[in-house]
Amino acid sequence: MEELLHQLSAGFSSGCIYACLALSLVLIYQATGHVNFAQGEMATFATYVASVLLGLGLPYWVAFAGAVAVAFAGGMLVQVVLVRPVQKAPVLSAVAVYIGLLVIFNSVAGWIWGFMSRDFPSPFASWNGIGGSYISGHSLGVLAVTLCVMTAVALFFRLTTVGLAMRAAAVNPLSSSLLGIPVARTLALGWGMAAAVGAVSGILAAPILYLDPNMMGGLLLYGFAGALLGGISNPWGAALGGVLVGLIENLAGAYLVGTELKLLLALALIVGVLLFKPHGLFGLRTVSRV
Amino acid sequence: MKPALQISDLDAAYGSVQVLRKAYLTVPAGKVTSLLGANGAGKTTMLRAISNVLVKASGRIELEGESILGMPTDRIVKRGVAHVPDGRGTLAHMTVRENLRLGAYARRDREIDADMERMLGYFPRLKERFHQQAGTLSGGEQQMLAISRALMLRPRLLILDEPSFGLAPKVVREIFDILGAITTESSISVLLVEQNASLALALSDRACLLEMGEVVIEGPAQELRDDDRVRRAYLGT
Amino acid sequence: MNTLVRAMHARALQTGRRGASLIRPAAWLIALAAAAVPFFLGDYQAFQCAQLLILAIALLGLNVLTGYTGQISLGHGAFFALGAYFSVVLMGHAAVPYWLAIPLAALLCFGCGLLFGWPALRLEGPYLALITFALAVAVPTLLKHDALSFWTGGVQGISIDRDPPPAFWHLGLDHWLYLLCLAWAVLLFWAVNNLVRSRVGRALVAIRESGVAASAMGINRPLYAALAFGISALITGTAGALSALAAQFVSPDSFPPFLSISFLVGLVVGGVARPAGPVIGAVFLYAMPKVAEDVSKGAPWAIYGITLLLVVYLMPNGLSGIFDRFKR
Repeated sequence: MEELLHQLSAGFSSGCIYACLALSLVLIYQATGHVNFAQGEMATFATYVASVLLGLGLPYWVAFAGAVAVAFAGGMLVQVVLVRPVQKAPVLSAVAVYIGLLVIFNSVAGWIWGFMSRDFPSPFASWNGIGGSYISGHSLGVLAVTLCVMTAVALFFRLTTVGLAMRAAAVNPLSSSLLGIPVARTLALGWGMAAAVGAVSGILAAPILYLDPNMMGGLLLYGFAGALLGGISNPWGAALGGVLVGLIENLAGAYLVGTELKLLLALALIVGVLLFKPHGLFGLRTVSRV
Repeated sequence: MKPALQISDLDAAYGSVQVLRKAYLTVPAGKVTSLLGANGAGKTTMLRAISNVLVKASGRIELEGESILGMPTDRIVKRGVAHVPDGRGTLAHMTVRENLRLGAYARRDREIDADMERMLGYFPRLKERFHQQAGTLSGGEQQMLAISRALMLRPRLLILDEPSFGLAPKVVREIFDILGAITTESSISVLLVEQNASLALALSDRACLLEMGEVVIEGPAQELRDDDRVRRAYLGT
Repeated sequence: MNTLVRAMHARALQTGRRGASLIRPAAWLIALAAAAVPFFLGDYQAFQCAQLLILAIALLGLNVLTGYTGQISLGHGAFFALGAYFSVVLMGHAAVPYWLAIPLAALLCFGCGLLFGWPALRLEGPYLALITFALAVAVPTLLKHDALSFWTGGVQGISIDRDPPPAFWHLGLDHWLYLLCLAWAVLLFWAVNNLVRSRVGRALVAIRESGVAASAMGINRPLYAALAFGISALITGTAGALSALAAQFVSPDSFPPFLSISFLVGLVVGGVARPAGPVIGAVFLYAMPKVAEDVSKGAPWAIYGITLLLVVYLMPNGLSGIFDRFKR
């Protein structure tokens, strides 16, 4: 029983990080209609920026805010300079750009900061967990931050006009521009937001995974899986999907197939779900006309 | 009173392919003007030139005396031009409510909700489907949504590109009746592109006929109704 | 047809092929000469050329699925691995001679491709990308696993001995390997070329251009899409089998997930849906790391990324697009 609780809490904890990453993937998808495979590497890069700011002696939350702000600006810049030209190009060109970005961010991070992993502090280390070692202080902190971010994003898309406009511009730019929506600026904003949320997930993950250029590589698959499981068009669903993936991964690893195959089992389950519900558990079925 | 829209010397091209040549058109304020012509004559291209989407245009386009040629689309919309594109352009993945809300995107005032109620009053079928995804609506309902969405802007100029396309005659009549009621109530100017010439001419005060990218006749609607070329080719009489 | 479509049509007609009179035969001569040269080179150079051809065949397989059918696969390294392992297992456990093991492994890969493709292609865009990448991750992991290690040799992998070439061949083992790869390359490139021009090929392109419309036109999309996956897997699997022969060794670590990504990079850089794309892409993939590794450890991947971006923005038809200018 104790073991089970351990696994559940560990799974929930990593699940929250996957949820954040899944959320940033959903934001990009909602903003641009594409999945940005470079999201993880961009998040890692932002985490390095945070590390640099901390190294300069800035207090934790200032460094946090600074890195998130840099990520926001960087995300917008990437969209304007690199993504906008391929917005109307065939999907393969866009995918190629994202893969190119993935590879470049990864190599540049390695080139600037080396490939050795380094420590990263957690602001929640002094928090008391629940039940001693079941849920650590950091896990609680991750959960709190994730909830805040998720709520903010969901409210943004459902209730604000800019959020509505972003959802419109991603899917139907022509109609949106005829409604007076500045499509180009809206998409850039979406990218900035997504990069900022990705940065948050990186900064939350670093204390556990240790910071190195490949930190997010493995995570991306889990975050991606979580987003698809929940439904890539649904922020809450994607976040829930991320948590589910974390739980499945840990439980499968501990009880079913061992650490080598747990990723496979998690993926197999998700694939199975997708075959019956191709838009994820909570995704919206959209009617597509020719 | 200045005309709602004054176009002259308009050339428009997609890349290197010239579509409109020295086109001209006057849309008088508060009246309905039709743009007629066969498939491929350049009607949609002219509308796109007005809203500055997809096409490269040169010449003169003036909205109540102010030049809007080449202006960024979102600023043209802010100046009160609501354009319903061909194919309706409804946001299929969003609800009726969200579509209508976005119609008022360019507005900053507080009467948006009141206007939404008014639209639902004009088109009760939309009220029934208020929280449904727009993509699940029938063709006629989508056209109603597109028109009411455009009216949410409280536009000075309403541009409609082939509103009758793909719709059953009964539905078309229903829509055009409501449209007629709306336009007589308010001082809105309408620019209507239609292949269905008799329907359009019946509703219009002024009309323009395009053939192969050039204006053939332009003037009061009665002039076109009486013109032999128009009658033979487009009215079937 | 609205005016925009008409304008695009006119444009297409203007830039259509016009009198490829001298270019075609010249290109053929150059290709023949290039193919013949390695026979006169040393052992190691012949071996390298064989590896180049193997890469080109692998990319050709990806081209069928991603280039012509428009389905993006981030997992073709898995079929490469499967082709390699199938052939090695057939040779090792069933004593099948190498010249038979290759086509058999290819057929097995065809089956795998069909099996995987039929359900997978019901998903779209990002979902399909995830599944194919999951495949790229899954296959090496499975190959490492103890349960299969009787067949696969587990983490250690399997070594094989290369059979000597037939008696009439006087040029040496590496040159024989090169000939083998060349023969398969010619056969598969010719086959794909014919496939693209056939009814099946046109169906695949229809699926790429608009899946929904294709179904409405009576094309059985699931069937053709699965077929595309199968054929694609068959071709890339052949390359894998040849690579096992060349390396005389297979192990799970030879086929990491990044291999699949490099295939996609190579194909896009070489030119998607173009006959020369896989060849040029293979040259790029093979030659570049050798040049770049001197600069820094991470450099090859950075250069992959930058080249990819440059190609997408400046030469959307890939490097093989250079030859378009000569066709006018």
